[in-house]
Amino acid sequence: MSKDTDLLEVDDLWVKFPTRTETFEAVRGISFRLGRERLGIVGESGSGKSMTGRAILRLIRKPGIVTANRISLHGQDLMKLTEKQMRNVRGKQISMVMQDPKFSLNPVMTIGDQIVEAYRLHARATRSEAHAKALEMLEAVSIRDPERVFRAYPHEMSGGMGQRIMIAMMLIPDPEILIADEPTSALDVSVQTQVLSIMDRLVQERGMGLIFISHDLNLVSAFCDRVLIMYAGRIVETCRADRLHEAKHPYTRGLLNSLPRLEEPRERLDVLKRDPAWREAASVVDDQ
Amino acid sequence: MTGLSAKHLNVWFGSGRDRVLAVDDVSFSVASGASFGLVGESGSGKSTILRALTGLAPNWSGEMMVGNEVLQGQRSSAFYKQVQMVFQDPYASLHPRHTVDQMLSETLYLHGVGEIDTHVEKLLDDVGLGNAFRFRYPHQLSGGQRQRVAIARALAPEPEILLLDEPTSALDVSVQAEILNLLTDLRSEHSLTYVMVSHDLAVVGHMCEEIAVMQNGKIVEIMPVADMRSMQAKHDYTQHLLKSSQGYERREFNG
Amino acid sequence: MNSAPETKGSARQLEAWLLSNTPTSRRHARLGSLYKGWLKLKSNKLAMLGLFILIALVVIAILAPIISPADPFEQNLGNRLKPLGTEGHFLGTDSLGRDLLSRLIYGSQITLYIVALVALIAPVAGLFVGTMAGYLGGWADVVLMRVTDIFLAFPRLVLALAFVAALGAGIENAVIAISLTAWPPYARIARAETLTIRNSDYISAVKLQGAGGLRIIVKHIWPLCISSLIVRVTLDMAGIILAAAGLGFLGLGAQPPSPEWGAMVSEGRKFILDHWWVATVPGLAIFTVSLGFNLLGDGLRDVLDPKDSGDE
Repeated sequence: MSKDTDLLEVDDLWVKFPTRTETFEAVRGISFRLGRERLGIVGESGSGKSMTGRAILRLIRKPGIVTANRISLHGQDLMKLTEKQMRNVRGKQISMVMQDPKFSLNPVMTIGDQIVEAYRLHARATRSEAHAKALEMLEAVSIRDPERVFRAYPHEMSGGMGQRIMIAMMLIPDPEILIADEPTSALDVSVQTQVLSIMDRLVQERGMGLIFISHDLNLVSAFCDRVLIMYAGRIVETCRADRLHEAKHPYTRGLLNSLPRLEEPRERLDVLKRDPAWREAASVVDDQ
Repeated sequence: MTGLSAKHLNVWFGSGRDRVLAVDDVSFSVASGASFGLVGESGSGKSTILRALTGLAPNWSGEMMVGNEVLQGQRSSAFYKQVQMVFQDPYASLHPRHTVDQMLSETLYLHGVGEIDTHVEKLLDDVGLGNAFRFRYPHQLSGGQRQRVAIARALAPEPEILLLDEPTSALDVSVQAEILNLLTDLRSEHSLTYVMVSHDLAVVGHMCEEIAVMQNGKIVEIMPVADMRSMQAKHDYTQHLLKSSQGYERREFNG
Repeated sequence: MNSAPETKGSARQLEAWLLSNTPTSRRHARLGSLYKGWLKLKSNKLAMLGLFILIALVVIAILAPIISPADPFEQNLGNRLKPLGTEGHFLGTDSLGRDLLSRLIYGSQITLYIVALVALIAPVAGLFVGTMAGYLGGWADVVLMRVTDIFLAFPRLVLALAFVAALGAGIENAVIAISLTAWPPYARIARAETLTIRNSDYISAVKLQGAGGLRIIVKHIWPLCISSLIVRVTLDMAGIILAAAGLGFLGLGAQPPSPEWGAMVSEGRKFILDHWWVATVPGLAIFTVSLGFNLLGDGLRDVLDPKDSGDE
């Protein structure tokens, strides 16, 4: 079934957390594939969208359990790799950008040192080569004065700068796939656009695949090529991102209608009525 | 009925070289029964204005009035009967070791309300929670339910003015719609005056009749919501905010 | 309002009632959260071992007159320094021919007495000073914390020695001396916790209801500080028992012929080369009880940590 253009293929992925009384299923058997494209995953909190991103990198901590028929990256099944081999995949082939740069950067190391270290973990390079590469990457994420930022500490950076630095760091080893988990939710609207366009340019230039996880329907619709809409651990709908506003599933429609809109004032907002059947319906198979 | 106003309000943090002016010469007035919005990006000082009004930010100069009373020094308990606030993050604004019942009973007790049991039940009813939620701890509630409890707590002394500090920014969009509807209903039932702070123009535009746009501690423009809807902003910064909130245009990324 | 299910109802029903996420009364909510804490503690095997040791200590102390095989003070010089397993003296006898097992059993009462008193005085004093300093800030903070620093700067046993020397030897004075030296760390913890709690939204929210400072400290800050203090107390108990034993060992705590464990070790010291058990048996008792407190304290830390009060 797998097409040549596929970078990643996920087949029947489950993430479960056993608790004292029952097993909580965060992701319930989803399948999708990713080419050299921007794939958006949207849903509300608790829909399993972040867990999906983490599960691909096998970053789910105990007692969480990840099962899947297959998570294949170029035909290599990530589920069968040892933890040591997996460490090689993380960063080198698949990178991840998290929501808040504050928690992802080490506060007591300069930004330059952190980038150099990240680079040298994956490539055999001298310090000066790594230094040059780090500056080049900082420039690539539109940082005006890379030398100064190289010597700065994370707390001296604004949120937008921090997130750009994270993107620079994640892209240094030339991964094939970037997973971005709400990369701009902590940022102001005007900075958001800037960070996203930088990320987009880099992803396009390198022909990478991007998984963009977000709760923001408008953002995903404008930024991505394709969208998976998740509800209660399952994919309820997939569609082209620019057609998101024509989505059919009542859940997606409900989410879209519950947003207040400046241009169409309403006395009351539509409230999403959750149908228990959505939870039970089988996951949509993504075969586009 | 009471409105509120601020004239040449300055609020700062720290002192000496570390002094940071968070609110810089801000003036506005809100008529009784109106709904007033403050929008701006993070660090623009919009939340600080609410904290200064409620006495949580002690370093300020200028004049603030609620009704006909000029605010100064310690706020009286009469003030807190008039003005109440709902905080941004319902995960941080409820005491983690107190049940809903404890929280509401204490509030009622502090305001000298009698028949606490019946009042607690009524408050929970008003915010659409019902008695089943009365004895739960915050960790047994969802984000939207927590925010309903926070709203019930703010309503307990039957205030006339409700300050809303980004009341839905920590919630999912579907829950946001429920909370905004609840706030709309409560306003008409109790004829409340709202001052709402948000970074989201659409939310403020939905809730408020008049909107002040803030940047770097200053109000750059105050305009009626109709002007905002028709994109008739005078100031560049407002134009820029309006454009960003119009949704992201594809060519921004592809061009 | 629902009442508790009938006592004859099945245990399963009771458990479901306790674990319910929709409690129906104040009592129900409180019992439910206690039960969840207990389940969490129960899943920690080592903490249960610690709890078992401490319950055993309490039971032994209460039943001392019934279970001890002999009078702990009865001397028999003809029967002195008998080894372990001697007929009638399971743990042997000491230099005056007193039954070691009986002395150990009666000694548990003294240990419990010391532990209970110190555990009442020191953390309460520390909690009071620390939360006041943290909440009020400014001058109150500076003065209270400098006093705390002065107490912290002395080595504990030396300060305790000075107090006992001034007040006179004896168990009560030893307890007071130990408490006086034990409270500063609690004040520090309470202050640090208060500083993080003080600026939180839920404290701002009660301020907006017009609550006064004392009410906020007692009703809103204390409940959050107490859990970390309880944990710290149980972890410190080992040290307190050892300090009491140390004072006893130096002759400044319990006075002979009182069977305090530290004093017993001290007496046994003279014979340690030829009659090792005389000092070792009470030493092992001190060790076991200290271990019990440590294990329980570790377990309690997981249960009471306010940072994950959302336990599901």
